[in-house]
Amino acid sequence: MKYAKIVVLAAFAGLLIYGSTGLPDRGDPDNLMHQERSITNTVVAGSYFIREAYNDANTPNMVTVVLGDYRSIDTFGEQVVVFAAGLICLLILRKYRSI
Amino acid sequence: MRTQFESPIVLLGARLLSPYIMLFGIYVIFHGHYSPGGGFQGGALLASSIILIRIAGGRLVSRLQIKEFFTTPMAAIGVIVYFAAGFISVLYGSYFLDYEALPFPGDLTPAELRYYGILVIEIGIGIAVMAILVMIYDHMARGEDYA
Repeated sequence: MKYAKIVVLAAFAGLLIYGSTGLPDRGDPDNLMHQERSITNTVVAGSYFIREAYNDANTPNMVTVVLGDYRSIDTFGEQVVVFAAGLICLLILRKYRSI
Repeated sequence: MRTQFESPIVLLGARLLSPYIMLFGIYVIFHGHYSPGGGFQGGALLASSIILIRIAGGRLVSRLQIKEFFTTPMAAIGVIVYFAAGFISVLYGSYFLDYEALPFPGDLTPAELRYYGILVIEIGIGIAVMAILVMIYDHMARGEDYA
């Protein structure tokens, strides 16, 4: 049974490594994700966020611009989720009478 | 039940360490435009500095810093700061969370307005995360705290 586990793990690792050989090169500007049009020939954002992040928000950190400006409604949802989780912890952990 | 006693050494060490952790948390929030960081990480650091004082000093000491009943309204204030940044831009005739419409004083370019808008929402996130983590600790430690 122990060897079966090892064989399954090795096969899974081989599958992942085989899959990773088909990925595009890092930083290649001709990658599909940097193109202006997708496979189905619709207009997509492409590398707009990388090119124009500094000019749009005057901020060198690209991640902050994406998190705070381009995807700010998503971040607002994250904050509301954190707030709701805190309120649920309050409901569970609350002790009405101090010991 | 274990015996509990006050330790002046632990309290002194926590008092020495806590302001520096808090300063680093504020730095992480305000320097998030130039380096890795932001509201969530800085809020967690601020909460760690406050919880350190609460662990070391007990409820009597920590009551001087942030009172227990004040943490839940503070979390709501953090969410409201974020929502207000979006809603004020709606009132000034733009989209929700479009920072170019925020009425900051001085004549700023749209890029600088977005810069300060991102800073405002990061501060809101920091306040909310800090208050929620401190609130969870307070309700876990209530009744098992000496002093």
